Amino acid sequence: MIVISFSKNMEKAGILITKFKKMKRFIKYSAVCVSGLLLLLFSACSNDEETTVNELEGLSKFKEIENETHIVELYSHMSVEQGFNEISIQIKDKQTNKYVKNAEVSWTPLMHMMSMTHSCPKSSIEKVSENGNVYEGYIVFQMPQNETEYWELQVNYTIDGQEYSVSSNIDVPASIKRRINTFTGNDGVKYIVAYAEPHHPKVAVNDMIVGVWKMQDMMNFPVVDGYTVKIDPRMPSMGNHSSPNNVNPSQTNAGDLYNGKLSLTMTGYWKINLQLAKPDGTIVKGEEITDAVPESSIFFEIEF
Amino acid sequence: MKKTFFIAFLLIFFVVSYSQNSGNDKQVLESKNDSLKVYQMQEVIVIKKKATISEQQSKPLTSIDDYLQKSVKVDMIKRGAYAWEPIINSMSTERTLVTIDGMRIFGACTDKMDPITSYVEVSNLSEVSICSGQEGSCFGSTIGGSIDLKRSKNAFSNQKWNFNLNSGFETNNQQKIIGAAINYADSLLYVDADFMHRNAENYNAGNDKEVLFSQFKKINFSTTSGFKLGKNKLIEGSIIYDKATDVGYPALPMDVSIAEAIIASIKFEYLPLNKKVYDWEAKVYFNTITHKMDDTKRPFVPIHMDMPGWSNTFGYYSKIKANYEKHHLLFNLNSFYNKSKAEMTMYPENPNENPMYMLTWPDVRTLYNGLFLEDNFILNCHSSLKFSASIGLHSNMVESEFGLNSLQIFYPEMKPQRNRFLKSISLNFNQNHNGLEFGIGTAYGERAPSVTEGYGFYLFNSFENYDNIGNPNLRNEKSLEVNAYIGLQKEKYYIKLSSSYFHISDYIVAKPDMSLVPMTIGANGVKIYTAINYATIFNINLTSEFKLSKAIKWNSQLVYSRGKDFENNNLPFISPFSYYTTIAYLKNKFSAEIMLQGNAKHINFGNLYGEDKTPDYAVVNANFGYKFSINKIKIIAKTGVENILDTYYSTYTDWNNIPRQGRNFFVNLGFSL
Repeated sequence: MIVISFSKNMEKAGILITKFKKMKRFIKYSAVCVSGLLLLLFSACSNDEETTVNELEGLSKFKEIENETHIVELYSHMSVEQGFNEISIQIKDKQTNKYVKNAEVSWTPLMHMMSMTHSCPKSSIEKVSENGNVYEGYIVFQMPQNETEYWELQVNYTIDGQEYSVSSNIDVPASIKRRINTFTGNDGVKYIVAYAEPHHPKVAVNDMIVGVWKMQDMMNFPVVDGYTVKIDPRMPSMGNHSSPNNVNPSQTNAGDLYNGKLSLTMTGYWKINLQLAKPDGTIVKGEEITDAVPESSIFFEIEF
Repeated sequence: MKKTFFIAFLLIFFVVSYSQNSGNDKQVLESKNDSLKVYQMQEVIVIKKKATISEQQSKPLTSIDDYLQKSVKVDMIKRGAYAWEPIINSMSTERTLVTIDGMRIFGACTDKMDPITSYVEVSNLSEVSICSGQEGSCFGSTIGGSIDLKRSKNAFSNQKWNFNLNSGFETNNQQKIIGAAINYADSLLYVDADFMHRNAENYNAGNDKEVLFSQFKKINFSTTSGFKLGKNKLIEGSIIYDKATDVGYPALPMDVSIAEAIIASIKFEYLPLNKKVYDWEAKVYFNTITHKMDDTKRPFVPIHMDMPGWSNTFGYYSKIKANYEKHHLLFNLNSFYNKSKAEMTMYPENPNENPMYMLTWPDVRTLYNGLFLEDNFILNCHSSLKFSASIGLHSNMVESEFGLNSLQIFYPEMKPQRNRFLKSISLNFNQNHNGLEFGIGTAYGERAPSVTEGYGFYLFNSFENYDNIGNPNLRNEKSLEVNAYIGLQKEKYYIKLSSSYFHISDYIVAKPDMSLVPMTIGANGVKIYTAINYATIFNINLTSEFKLSKAIKWNSQLVYSRGKDFENNNLPFISPFSYYTTIAYLKNKFSAEIMLQGNAKHINFGNLYGEDKTPDYAVVNANFGYKFSINKIKIIAKTGVENILDTYYSTYTDWNNIPRQGRNFFVNLGFSL
């Protein structure tokens, strides 16, 4: 429409026609570009693609343990290290080269120390989905290996009534940031508090998962039920400031891990100061942060 | 929804373009139909008529800020020697509207260190028009009023060239000013180009006290070209490039390493013969601003941080003026799209630790579409009734997911988008009979919260010493306003008393939230933007001019303001009784002027908003000018002394009470050929 009306006038304008054409085109294009841009910027993208479920998505294999009949493959999100580790398992039948779908699996991690051997907190192993072939659970390595002391993982499984077992040493290096606290509470109980999630913290309200266990004996580390893990995230490098609207992790059902909310207002190094509280509110371990007390004796560290 | 609105407005725009072009074109462009007898309340500050500096100005090469300060409605919040923030009717940036030739521009600094006025130069501008309250809503929504900075404009003429060179020096801060302008015009084309450079060291307050970190450097380049497309059609392209570097802000904990702006526009103007519709002007514009704060030169910094900000704006307006019987009509369809983003990165002492990063403006996109109309109805030869109204669709969208997640820490239910509908309406009656003029008016207007108020994330306010968090759930701020003036114009004198009163409901302020821990080291706490019930602002001013003889004029201004919130707490930055008086002598080639300016003690200070008492002060300035020619070169020389008594003082507009400049001698020279 504009083109027609403009061109009428142009015949009179003589020498200016070319200049004007350019100008006009420019206006037109910029108008089109601007509107196009605006539309682009404001069109909401909604890509609800359905993806086929890959049970091993985001996981990488860190170990294969073999016996005569099977290869047991171990997967994790990140490399296995001291602390809470989610571990997925696949069992490959050497003969058929297929993954076994109907196994009953259990495991026993063992720390071989100079003077003794002990285990650590661990979950039972469940199949991820009914028709899949991936089994998963968690193990909380409360201490790292060193030159003389090492972790051994034994996986026991039953297929069609027949029992099998594999076993191997696995690497459990020390974590760079503190992800686990092992301590004796003022009630005399030996507790283990470990950080599970978020794996990839964001500047946001993060869903936080931690676990609380106690050491019953050398081999048994049951989940502690009904406690609260009070959190106070702080940035020691920036005046030790805190963040708002955190929710202290607590349990929904006995035996579960603890769920809470962790607000992180910026990237960087955060120290999540902890206090472990009994159901009646008494603090078993940890200190409240004040100007005089910049950090608690139990804490987690994250940096992103 | 937005798409639909936008397309609808785009369509209207093109339909309007089409219908306008079908008119005939016999009218000559130069003879604008400007026979309006309209009584405006707006105030105009003339900077210069042409590229040449004017001998009537007391200090022609002073900053725009200094020019603006002359208005009774405007004052400037000062954080240093550079980039003062204009406040209109005692209201600051959020509640006002500052445009350059109708273009919307938004500063890129979260700490308001770059008001729009800092991105232009006196060399770019011919005048500034200031409207009070809703009379300023032509280019968007406002509460306090508007400032439109008008660019210098050349006109088609017989072929001619014009060269100008301007230069200045000030002793107090060793400010060196150099500027040049070239103008060319013929009957089909005009081109203006100008350049200006300023370089200043720290200034000294009274008694030779050096104010550290008050230096600045600035260059500004601008060009405008117009082509005649027919007898009554014109197309004009304009671009301004402005770059300030090494700008100190003594009142703030940080300085600025660079503040850069590109402001570009293409305007089409059409003057149909049609007596009813006599002027149509449409403009498409774009501007981009980059602003980087810098604390590397400060001696005591608890933690080093980078704080860059960016603001990009696209927009257009299409303005039509028409006469219909006794109605003088103005329609303005306008739209802008702004993108504001600012970051903060803090570097821990331990270099192995990750930097701390946050988005302080979460890439907020603002789309505004508005329609303004004004009808000036001439009742009889003495009186008129002016009615104006505007509607606007305002939408904010948080584009960054990172930013949205950050804000959701405070507002878990927050949605990325928020739409608002903004309305304004005003009615004024004006009468002028035998030199006695008076007017009364009333108006209602609304504004949306600014990006900082709605979406700011841990923005430190060094005045209140609090971290501030935006609030996306704020309602529109609503203002009810009444104004009146009475004036008497006689041959020998002119006196005018004018006053305005604003009742602003859902008044947006930041309130402390004791449950939150501040992020900034040393801050008192965290404030969240919230709306208080209401606040009221009252302004009254008296201006007068007496012609004591043919050559001598005596001008005076008296201003008093009062601002309170609904709990009777004083608002900050409200002018105490202030006065400004000058006696000017102008005869033939010689001019001289002496000025006295001061404030009474500021006792009604906004304690709750971080303000403290400011003592009274008075300063005396004087200047002399001489105009002469050597060969064909016209020379204007101006020299003067500011703060002759070297008073050490600070005013209610000085951020954190930084002292103002002490005694300063200046020379301004203008050469034109």
